Amino acid sequence: MTQLENQGPLWEVFIQTKAGQPFKHAGSVHAYDKEMAVENARDVYTRRGEGTALWVVPSSEIVAVSASESSSFFEPADDKVYRHPTFYTMPEGVKQM
Amino acid sequence: MKDTLVNTEELLKEFEEKIENEIKIEPRDWMPEEYRQHLIRQISQHAHSEVIGMQPEGNWISRAPSLRARKILLAKIQDEGGHGLYLYSAAETLGVSRDQYIQWLHEGKAKYASVFNYPALSWADIGAIGWLVDGAAITNQVSLQRTSYGPYSRAMVRICKEESFHQRQGYEIMWRMMEGTKDQQRMAQDAINRWWWPALMMFGPHDSDSPHTSNAMKWKIKRETNDRLREKFINKTVPQAELIGLKVPDPFLKQIGEEQYEHGDIDWDEFWQVIKGNGPCNQQRLEHHIKAHNEGEWVRECALAYHNKSNK
Repeated sequence: MTQLENQGPLWEVFIQTKAGQPFKHAGSVHAYDKEMAVENARDVYTRRGEGTALWVVPSSEIVAVSASESSSFFEPADDKVYRHPTFYTMPEGVKQM
Repeated sequence: MKDTLVNTEELLKEFEEKIENEIKIEPRDWMPEEYRQHLIRQISQHAHSEVIGMQPEGNWISRAPSLRARKILLAKIQDEGGHGLYLYSAAETLGVSRDQYIQWLHEGKAKYASVFNYPALSWADIGAIGWLVDGAAITNQVSLQRTSYGPYSRAMVRICKEESFHQRQGYEIMWRMMEGTKDQQRMAQDAINRWWWPALMMFGPHDSDSPHTSNAMKWKIKRETNDRLREKFINKTVPQAELIGLKVPDPFLKQIGEEQYEHGDIDWDEFWQVIKGNGPCNQQRLEHHIKAHNEGEWVRECALAYHNKSNK
């Protein structure tokens, strides 16, 4: 729900703390454009060198789904235990696999 | 799509099970209206406190006694602004816009921590604010890291990481003054004399008189009661005062165990007076916020016009 109001639209901020790490959601900021959004995100969420990179995404562009709203959505994964390595039995004496 | 009747009882049961099992409530989850309203009130009050709290300290930026002290104070105040923003961002997930929150503040419908209605009269007050006011806030916020609402909890984790520098810089100021001249020592003692009681009041009324405590505890918005948190703060802080030779201005303060103290009565009349708007700086704080907000209007207008133009 992004309302364009007096403070500008809402942007979600994702921060990568170290090179090679995944980006993690940090919070949100208001800004009127991309440039202001990255600067605000820097000032609000990385004042102590918490980030090596960041993304900002207009909140309105995020598509979300959660198990509580749609219980069947994640169901296909529920009955496929054979996707986990622990499902398989191995002969005694097999080395690391 | 077929319309299904929403079964509130079922939803409430699910909600309460999550609370029971320490599963965080997220913005898009169903929640009882009272839970939402409680969070709207509490998180916005918390956000406003961070921002209004910049004022008593901002007063000393230009008069800090050294470049080191000035840089530290600037960084600290900038953090407070940042903390306000984390909290507004958490509060906005409840479906209320930031503009609305600010309007409620300006209309006097939303509160902020009463402690910021006291003036910072000397440099020692900057020490006392960091040490005592931030110290009390940290005690509360450490506990709130475990609050049941996800965005609030995450904001608290972030804030707690940053706050401990605030308290240490304040205590360092007090310690240095206590190591200084007689006049400096007197200033430090005067500052704790004025800030001790307002800091204790920050935890709110006694549990028996606290109108919001029971639901908040039931739903795990609050994890510890006002009195329990106040006790924790006193037990930590009294030895810190004694270590640097400051006297806690409570003639009835009594040690009852190892790092355990009993305190004298809090002047609740003063507390309610300040909440009602009759503290030394209530009017000044709010007027300043409104003025700064109004004076920034043209910036927001320009930015919006630019946004509209470049999005054509």
